Amino acid sequence: MMDHWFIQDALVLAGFALIFFLLRAGSRNERWQRAGARLRRDRTGLLALGIVLLYLAIGACEMLKLPGGTRSILDLFTAGVSPEKSYSAPLAETLLGSTRHEHLLGRHLLGTDVLGKDVFVQMLKACRTALIIGGMTSAIYVPLGALLGVLAGYFRRWVDDAIQYVYSTLASIPEILLLVAILMVLGKGLGSMSIALGVTGWVGLCRLIRGETMRQTERPYITAARALGQSHGKIVVRHLLPNVMHLVLISAVLGFSNIVLAEAILSYLGVGAPVGTASWGVMIDAGRTELGRDPLVWWNISAATAALFGFVLALNLLGDSLRRAFDPKRA
Amino acid sequence: MFSYLVRRLLYAVPILLGVICISFLLDNVMMSPDAKASRVLGPKATGQNRREWIHNRGLDQPKPMQFVHYVGKLATLQFGTSWVTGRDLGEVFLKGVGPSLCITIPGFFAAFFASVGLALFQVFVRNSPLDRTLTFLSVALMSVPTMVYVIFTQAFLALGLSYFPAFGFNDDGFGMARFIMLPVIIFMLINLGHDARLYRAIFLEEMGQDYIRTAQAKGVANARVLGVHVFKNGLIAIITLVVAELPRLVLGSLLIESLFGIPGLGNVLVQAIQTGDQPVIMASVFLGSGLYLFAFILTDIFYALADPRIRLS
Repeated sequence: MMDHWFIQDALVLAGFALIFFLLRAGSRNERWQRAGARLRRDRTGLLALGIVLLYLAIGACEMLKLPGGTRSILDLFTAGVSPEKSYSAPLAETLLGSTRHEHLLGRHLLGTDVLGKDVFVQMLKACRTALIIGGMTSAIYVPLGALLGVLAGYFRRWVDDAIQYVYSTLASIPEILLLVAILMVLGKGLGSMSIALGVTGWVGLCRLIRGETMRQTERPYITAARALGQSHGKIVVRHLLPNVMHLVLISAVLGFSNIVLAEAILSYLGVGAPVGTASWGVMIDAGRTELGRDPLVWWNISAATAALFGFVLALNLLGDSLRRAFDPKRA
Repeated sequence: MFSYLVRRLLYAVPILLGVICISFLLDNVMMSPDAKASRVLGPKATGQNRREWIHNRGLDQPKPMQFVHYVGKLATLQFGTSWVTGRDLGEVFLKGVGPSLCITIPGFFAAFFASVGLALFQVFVRNSPLDRTLTFLSVALMSVPTMVYVIFTQAFLALGLSYFPAFGFNDDGFGMARFIMLPVIIFMLINLGHDARLYRAIFLEEMGQDYIRTAQAKGVANARVLGVHVFKNGLIAIITLVVAELPRLVLGSLLIESLFGIPGLGNVLVQAIQTGDQPVIMASVFLGSGLYLFAFILTDIFYALADPRIRLS
């Protein structure tokens, strides 16, 4: 169902609309304005932001399908790349290990993999997998963690007890085992991987937001809002959420990098991306045997590692820059 | 102290019960009794055989009865047998703990000393280009998936240059050292980036405290402020973090063990995951959370001991 072109297009558009909406709402908030000004002076942060946006754009190009659903926008650019029969080294003219001078159909910047697919194109296409998993997981755990955290921190008493009980229970199960157990129930696939990562991922965010909300509720502006007779719902939505939202943003960016890494590990364990999906984790897993064979095939795993590393590093650096921008004293 | 301990232990009971509920639920949703029977007995088993298997394990009883039975078995540490090898799980786990600890304990100490040292050094040269470079390198170390470290070092250092054996394990003293060297180094590397960054933040926070300013005003040398005052006080926060991580050492490192062929718990788990050996996974969910809860309690006690401001009552 996830692979229907219309649903994918809708998901991408909804995701970008959400980011746009959040940034617009943030631009009216004084704390966010100051952070934005600081971020504009932070060269590392801007570079990291640029790289992240580039990855997202490539992933979105692969996700956005043309009507009919067989071709993505990215396919339009890569239509000239012809498939080969098997491995070929970067920029080589013949197949790997072939003695006959059988010329390839074209040159390949990063060579081809076992099925003769161009590694560079596969590397770009894998951005889609990272984007889908990162996006869907974030869509599950960010609202859940943020909302439950604010509720626990604001209402305290039994609400806090109940929420704390649920997350202590989940946190006491080793994460990787819980992920695997959930994936065994739901079956392989990008959707179930996102659900599993979402179920395990909200605990840290919830804990963080709960603590910050508790600090905020001690502040005079909440007491004032209460004294003015504002309803609980209004205090939570109008006052508390905007004041913890920057922490949510920072955690979501750093969380995205963890999700991308987790996808690679789950794919290695064989409970991750289904066979045939372009994914960095699957490419790295294939590299295990490719580095052991003779002649050595190093380009597949190297390309996947470089692409994965670039994305995760950029996300981590962006998260750090955001943290510095929002809280220059502590960072 | 004693009443605090008892309260802390009692607090863990509902959580453990919650974990059992979750694993029982997952266990039941995952496969019907009939699917389990045919998974274990193979496709050739007759319907009669399967029904007997289900009856012998009490899987035909009502769910609440099954749940009571399930809790009883876990409470007496009976974990059943593996679907794939047919061996008793308690035995399998006990055998796996040793090799896992052979990797994780040296790796843990190496990572601990390396990251505390690095963090202190970064605080010493704080906000200099060197500090920023080291922070960047820490982030870079965190951004590589574990198996990439293993696959590349195996291919180049072990197979290519033959500095290390690429695969395997034996447990006769010095012979073992050859096999664990590379896994231990990788275990250290994958923890170094994250830990050094965290510890640097903790030490920097201490640097901002009043007592540091007092010490500096008294004319205490910079190195001594760091080595004695900051180090000692930061260590309290660090050790409490470290204690909470201890269960990870027992469970071993899934990826390192399976890629290096070390017969530890991590390897057992990876094999169970790849063959769909459900009893192994469910038993380790229970055991793993038991260990985590134990570590959480230990953390709280440690915290209370280290910081007299925290009341035990």
